[in-house]
Amino acid sequence: MDPATIADSIHRLATEILNGSTCKKDQPLVLVGIHKRGVPLAERLARSLESQSGAPVPVGTLDITQYRDDLGSLRDLPTLIGSDIPFDIDGARVVLCDEVIFTGRSIRAALAELLDFGRPACVQLAVLVDRGGREFPIQPDFTAHTIHIAENERITVQFTEVDPVDGVFIESSASH
Amino acid sequence: MSPRKDLLDIASLQDEEIEFILANATPFKDLFKRSVKKVPTLKGRTMLTLFYEPSTRTLSSFEVAASRLSADVTRFDVDSSSVVKGESVVDTIDTLEAMRLDYIVVRHKQSGIPNLIAQNTRASVINAGDGWHAHPTQALLDAFTLREVTHNELPGKRILIVGDIQHSRVARSTSLLLRRLGMHVAYLAPGTLMPRDTPSEITRFDNWTDALDWNPHTVYLLRVQMERQADSLFPSVGEYHRLFGLTDTRLQILRDRKTWLMHPGPVNRGVEITDAGMNYDRSLINQQVENGIAVRMAVLYTLRPNPA
Repeated sequence: MDPATIADSIHRLATEILNGSTCKKDQPLVLVGIHKRGVPLAERLARSLESQSGAPVPVGTLDITQYRDDLGSLRDLPTLIGSDIPFDIDGARVVLCDEVIFTGRSIRAALAELLDFGRPACVQLAVLVDRGGREFPIQPDFTAHTIHIAENERITVQFTEVDPVDGVFIESSASH
Repeated sequence: MSPRKDLLDIASLQDEEIEFILANATPFKDLFKRSVKKVPTLKGRTMLTLFYEPSTRTLSSFEVAASRLSADVTRFDVDSSSVVKGESVVDTIDTLEAMRLDYIVVRHKQSGIPNLIAQNTRASVINAGDGWHAHPTQALLDAFTLREVTHNELPGKRILIVGDIQHSRVARSTSLLLRRLGMHVAYLAPGTLMPRDTPSEITRFDNWTDALDWNPHTVYLLRVQMERQADSLFPSVGEYHRLFGLTDTRLQILRDRKTWLMHPGPVNRGVEITDAGMNYDRSLINQQVENGIAVRMAVLYTLRPNPA
């Protein structure tokens, strides 16, 4: 997937978010990106939303490390980045942003952490890629691409904010 | 970073482990600004505090840190337990092992007891002060506090540690860590309280005039342990204050030079510090307390008990 396609996908996701609210109309819209690559996705979506609607959209971030269900068995402890939601989410429409949804476990963790920040009016989920393989009953509300890949393959999304290029890559884990 | 089992002293920590703990303390401290000051990191785990020596702030700091990580916290009450009836530390360890604890925080007047416990339990052991040997979490919180006020520019800065260096595990651990992080350390103490085995890189002073000429960035006062007076290691409290305390005159020099002031607590007002010293606007004492919780959370995050 080339950078132009990614830009187009983000524009389309933003349009869907603007038109697809399931909350009441007067709820303030905020985005919360999940580290690491959900954060650049949220920031790009916020720019697109602002250019389409004229209204600025605040962006927060979640570092879900301490809410992971496998933290006690990780062989390599991640350095914590910390979460930053510098606005009140009580009564807001929160759109969680992540680049790929796979098992749904990260989103479960993100929901648990988000609710420690307040009580949103509703929470929705926007992803760039849905690769299937869900282990939890969690589905995105806004999906740019659904890509079915084999079990031994993995998909990575790259954003220039943290990576060399913009792109979506599929690689077989055997060669990885 | 791979988790480690125990934290017994600064010397056994790798540089990258020190950096890992200090880096993680910042997001833990940010947590304190939230309405829910708690994360589920250690949910279902149990931390036991085993303090053979009295302590208020270190003990409660560990308890608050573990609570904010969602661990269950239990206190082994040494005063009222069978320890008073003569149970040996080794027998106590067997009892604790049967409780299937995950973290044991130990303070003991005898050096090496935390190591002994660590070798005999699958739980992670944290040394909260053993004899004159070590107090690693104090050192880490001091380093974290100094990194905050220097905006991560410790190398080359000078710290003057004042007081009973000889009997101080705080001085030992903190000076070791701060030197590893690039600071210059000097000691100011009466001859009777100055250790003989001081490393040559540490400058030694026996009076405030020379020590202040050295121009420290931070002055770190140690608590005067009153029982040392009984050992005739200093003549009287008044004499100690006059010669080695931070008198109001000396405080004025710190104020003029914008020198930072630290103290591990609890303080003896009128001995090593005055009321004015307690109200000094560059005193980091309260910041040390707050940072102590964040740093201990970071330590608990870094440790992992052996599998059952």
